[in-house]
Amino acid sequence: MDSKRQVYSVAEVNRQARMALESALGELWVEGELSRVTIHSSGHWYFTLKDAQAAVSCAMFRNDNARVPFKPKDGMQVQMLVRPSLYEANGRYQLIASEMEEAGKGTLQEQFEKLKAQLAEEGLFDEARKKPLPLLPRKIGVVTSPTGAAIRDIINVLTRRFPNIGILLIPAKVQGAGAEQGIAKAIDYLNTRGDIDVMIVGRGGGSIEDLWNFNEEVVARAIARSTVPVISAVGHEIDFTIADFAADVRAPTPSAAAELAVREKGTLEGAVALYDRRLNQGLKTMAQDLRLRLNRAAHSYVFREPGNLARGYRQSIQALETRMADLLKLAAQERFQRLERSNVRLVHGLKSSVQQAHQRVDELGMVLTHRMDQKVERDKQALVRLQTQLRMLNPLAVLGRGYSLTRKADGTVVRTAAAVEVGETITTQLADGKMVSTITEKEQGNSTGD
Amino acid sequence: MAEKKSADFEKSLGRLEELVGEMEGGELSLEGMIKHFEEGTKLVGLCTTKLNEVEQKIEKLVKKDGELKEVPFDMEEAE
Repeated sequence: MDSKRQVYSVAEVNRQARMALESALGELWVEGELSRVTIHSSGHWYFTLKDAQAAVSCAMFRNDNARVPFKPKDGMQVQMLVRPSLYEANGRYQLIASEMEEAGKGTLQEQFEKLKAQLAEEGLFDEARKKPLPLLPRKIGVVTSPTGAAIRDIINVLTRRFPNIGILLIPAKVQGAGAEQGIAKAIDYLNTRGDIDVMIVGRGGGSIEDLWNFNEEVVARAIARSTVPVISAVGHEIDFTIADFAADVRAPTPSAAAELAVREKGTLEGAVALYDRRLNQGLKTMAQDLRLRLNRAAHSYVFREPGNLARGYRQSIQALETRMADLLKLAAQERFQRLERSNVRLVHGLKSSVQQAHQRVDELGMVLTHRMDQKVERDKQALVRLQTQLRMLNPLAVLGRGYSLTRKADGTVVRTAAAVEVGETITTQLADGKMVSTITEKEQGNSTGD
Repeated sequence: MAEKKSADFEKSLGRLEELVGEMEGGELSLEGMIKHFEEGTKLVGLCTTKLNEVEQKIEKLVKKDGELKEVPFDMEEAE
């Protein structure tokens, strides 16, 4: 019966076959030689992989082959990660490739290390080769994809920092086979223009295969020979490519590259304005200073009146004179003071000796008085004694007893008869009076004396 | 030529810095001071002009009829 028989359509068979094949084998690596390579306008690659014994049809679709950093060519020995499958439309067995590497070149990491060492050896990465970035670029060249996030980030940052900065984008494929050639050409082209002062070369993040073009020698050499400073900005911060080593400055991201390419306009304007202020201030300060000095000089006595110069000298001389006089006076005063001091001592000494003398005189006086008194006393006693004697000797007292005293006219006492002449007038003193007589007669006897 | 224009700004600013430094150093004669001031003032003008003179143009290089041409770059393209 027809109904007992299970009948498949061709499509169904092919579909079953494909599923069986795919689940049976899964993914695997295969190595062989490329032949009959066809790059379809859709971007897909079709080719045959063969070795000495066998051949198999292959396809590599656009999404996958975009990451392959080289163009497939007939005869090329490759290793591919493939999924064995079946093309249902014609039932042909084929391999679907998702990754492709050139066999014999080693892994990408190995290639990277090898090229890096080689270029470093050549001195391509030397610090001495690095060019400084300009302070103010007139125009910034950008080598990247016109459709990526990188160009948008770069333009945003550049225009934010410097609103009127000029930017020239050189559209370039930044991944896939042959992209390195376009990148290198764009770098060379920017060097021919003359209006580009700095350039950014790069792309946004991706897998190591995506970034691979920037690990190619042609890119490194184009960067190295560029006279325009190159800022590399490939992938994310952690991605280092050969281009980064060759560039004058490596930026971790496209945005960071834009920040390195130009300073903020405000900062530059501020710097210019500051210099302008300092410039004016500098001159102003000097002018003020000079005016001050000029004034001082103009008002100095020499200029006010030439004669003042002489006056000045005179004044100095006078000052010297005064000083001398003062010194002299000072010296004199000093000596005077010394003199006074000694004088005081002298006077003091004198005074004390005078006092002593006074004292002495007083003492002597007192002694004298005492002696005097004694003498007076003695004299008084003597006098009394004499008075008594006198009283006893007083002739007048004798006269009382009948005796008399005769004197000549000249007062001489008449002691002898021979002393008088007859007719001479004599005066006789009696106890109670006198009598005057004239001598009439005289008789001289022998008796002498009373 | 255009070639040395960017270096000009840098040189101008550097020279300006030098002039101001010397003026503030106080070693200059009045004449030197005035010369420095005149030169410095010119440089300030030059630098300011340079800052404003940079032309705002965002362009893209395209090949048209076998010739390279710059055309305005449309940010929408990048979306």
